[in-house]
Order: sequence, then C-alpha cells, then structure tokens
Amino acid sequence: MGWFLSALSSSIGRKVIVSLTGLFLILFLIVHASGNFTLLNAGDDKGAAFNAYSEFMGHNPLIQAVAWITKILILVHILQTIYLALVNRKARPVGYKYEKPGQSSGWSSRNMTFLGIIILVFLVLHLKTFWYVVHYGEVPFVNGDPSQGKDYFKLVAVAFSQPWYVALYLIALVGLAFHLWHGFQSAFQTIGWNHPKYTPMIKTIGKILAILIPIGFSTQPIYIYLLTN
Amino acid sequence: MNLTLKVWRQKNSSSEGKMVEYKAEDVSPDMSFLEMLDVLNEKLLKKGEDPIAFDHDCREGICGMCSLFINGRPHGPGEAVTTCQLHMRSFKDGDTVFIEPFRAKGFPIIKDLVIDRGAFDRIIQAGGYVSANTGSAPDANEIPIPKDIAENAFDSAACIGCGACVAACKNASAMLFVSAKVTQLALLPQGQVERKNRVENMVAQMDEEGFGSCTNTGACSAVCPKEIPLDNIATLNREYLKAKATSDNV
Ligand code: SF4
Ligand code: FES
Repeated sequence: MGWFLSALSSSIGRKVIVSLTGLFLILFLIVHASGNFTLLNAGDDKGAAFNAYSEFMGHNPLIQAVAWITKILILVHILQTIYLALVNRKARPVGYKYEKPGQSSGWSSRNMTFLGIIILVFLVLHLKTFWYVVHYGEVPFVNGDPSQGKDYFKLVAVAFSQPWYVALYLIALVGLAFHLWHGFQSAFQTIGWNHPKYTPMIKTIGKILAILIPIGFSTQPIYIYLLTN
Repeated sequence: MNLTLKVWRQKNSSSEGKMVEYKAEDVSPDMSFLEMLDVLNEKLLKKGEDPIAFDHDCREGICGMCSLFINGRPHGPGEAVTTCQLHMRSFKDGDTVFIEPFRAKGFPIIKDLVIDRGAFDRIIQAGGYVSANTGSAPDANEIPIPKDIAENAFDSAACIGCGACVAACKNASAMLFVSAKVTQLALLPQGQVERKNRVENMVAQMDEEGFGSCTNTGACSAVCPKEIPLDNIATLNREYLKAKATSDNV
C-alpha cells in the first residue's frame, strides 16, 4: 500500500488525481446540460418535462449514488488543486520584478486556479438555490396541488427571471469555457496520453467541448429569462 | 547603441536584493549579451565598484551554464538560444533591459545573477544515468537502434540543464528537464535496466528539491534553448505511472 500512497502523494500522482476527477466532471457536465434541455420545452409544457426529469433524477437510487460520487470528486478536485497551487506558489518565494508570461504561454493555462474559483463561487450559489432547496427546503406543488407533484420548474423559473442571477450564470459559464479550454487536453497530457495520432484529436475535442458545453448551459437561463419576462 | 540596464544585485544568498540601474554605452550590435556585461563590469571595476556576478562557461550554447532572465524571458528574446548566444542586435538603441536571475526555491541565489543549480545535479544523480562497464569503447552498431528512435532520443538528450524551463514556469516546475532525461533513456536499449527505478527516483528527488508541479502551460518548452518538446512531460507522466504500478519497489 505504501507505494500506492507515495505515488498518489507525489507531484505527478496529485496531478493525475486532478486530471481524472476533472475528466469525470466534464462527463457530468455533459449529462447535466443534456438533461436540463428539457427546460427548453417550458414554453409548451410549463415545465412538465423538466419536472418529470427532476423527479426521476431525484429518486433513482443509481443516479443518487452517482450524484454523491460526483460531489465527492468535486471536493477531491478542489482540495488537490488547492494543495498543488500552494506548493507551486512556494516553489518561487521571490517573484520576478519584470515578467511577460504572455510571450510563452496561454492566458487560460496560467489562470486555472482563478477560473476554478469563479466556478466554485458559482457552484455554491447554484447548490444553494436548487439542490439545497430541493433537499432541505420547500418545493412548491404544481398549481399548488400536491396530487400533481412537485413543481421544480417553478424554482428554476423564479431564479432565472432575475437578470442579475442570469448574468452571474453567464459569467460563470465564460469562466468554465476558459477552464475547459485548457483543462481537457491538459488532463490527457497529465495522465500520459500523448500520441502523434490522438493528441491533435484530443486538443480539438477539448476546444469544441469548451465552447459547446457552456453554450448548451447558457441557452437555459437565457430562454427561461425571456420566457418569464 | 546605448542601453539602460536594470540589474538584480544581491550581495549573498541571505541578503535582500534590489534592481540597480546602469548605463551601457557604445554597445556594438555584434557583441553577445555576455560581452556587453563584460564591458560594463570592466567599467565598474575601474570605478572600484563590485562587478555584476553572472554565470557562464562555454559561451557557445552547449554547457548550460549561462542563465539570466532578460526582459521577462529566460535567455532573453531569441528563439531556441542561450544567453551566451544572444546578440545585442536583438535590442534597439535606447532600450531598457531588465536582467534578473532565474528565480525558484530550488535555485537559490548565490550572488547577483548567479544561482545554485545543484538541485539538477542531485536529480540526475538520483537516476539520470545508465550503468555501464567501463573499459574500451563498445563496438559501433553493436546495439542496433532504429534511426527514428535514435533521433528522438537525441532530441531529448540535447537538454543542457540550464534551468530556463524552471525559470519560465509559473510553478517553477522542473518537469521538462526531468522529462528530457527520462524520455531519452527510456527510448534507448541501454536505459532499460534502470528504467523504472530511474523515473521513480528522479521524480522523488524533483519533489524533494521544492520544484512546483506542471500545469501544462507550455512556457518551459517555449523558452527552452534546445526546444525540448512539451510532449516529453506526458511521456514522463506515463513512465512514472507505469513504473509505480509495475516496479518491484513496494
Ligand atoms: S529542458 Fe530546456 S530549458 Fe530545461 S534545462 Fe533542459 S535545455 Fe534548459
Ligand atoms: S555559457 Fe555555455 S551555454 Fe551559455
């Protein structure tokens, strides 16, 4: 077991943990964004599809297990990156007086921690508005009638009818886009997956995902905002 | 041409340093950067001042001794060039040039622009070698190595251990340097015997020396005078994970 722990606590081991959790979270984002597309039916069905989807997600034991794993992996991703960021800071105790980092590296690659913090702030707010209310607060019933089931869509509609809330979402999604722009291919590099055939492919897929995932998510608050205002 | 230099001066490893301004006058564009500093130092000596300490040895781009963080970039503005091979024609009359030492916890400053890169030696000592019998040189072509592998290995062997990769990295990571040696020796038959121990020990030593860990910004490879590719770090990671999973070291 010693060799395993020493591997995990080495610089490379920690980076691999960040990479693997990051790749898992990208998968999660894709599933999450896809499921939420049911929101885009709200003009026709007043959120019925979204409510049915939420009900299913909230009560399927397999989904619930995956949801907990996701939360744990988010935590692991954050804690490992905080640790690495602190070690990396200490690795240069006295900084340069004159530096031009833009000459040799891309902006998003240098600002992953900052971008991660934007996403984290968003995540806390996001969980508070939805997850917390669903689990520990009161979700209204459809038309106020318990027999018609819970109206999860109402929660979303109230939140996304506020311009500042939508604006916050969009800012966080821009942060996410830059985070993924670097993160996806960086994760493959860290787990050692480089190959003249596949690396160019991975880089392209990473950039496509970095654009498509945030755009996919952004349609939802924008659409609901327009619908409710 | 005339330049304004802002140079990091620091008496010794424990004192605080600061940027000091100097004028470099009548600089010929054909001078190398280090010759420009030599001339300035002669003037300082004549005035009875302490000359600026900086590292150099071969002055032909092969020993890795020269360093200097010039205008925000290790080895200055050139591509794939060491400071000793940088010429003053890369600057314009009237320019202000900032000259700092490579900065990293793993490279403590000895004086002014001179740093202690002993950490790199200790990393190499931890595994960056092959054990071979001494004696007469082996026959050429005794161990056949395909040309493309030989070429790839040589590309990595080109690392001169200058430390520019560490200096440019926002995390002061030494992974490009370590990856160069690990990749080179992993490609060659002579490197196989110690392959797993090598990567495990070199990474352990690298961590112990206090270098940061790579976030794949690519700055190292962009400034490397020998153009060691960033891919090597992926190779290092793969070698390390494979070694950890399959070596006999429990
Ligand atoms: S990898 Fe490049 S920058 Fe780093 S020590 Fe070797 S030659 Fe210098
Ligand atoms: S002095 Fe030898 S490489 Fe510059």
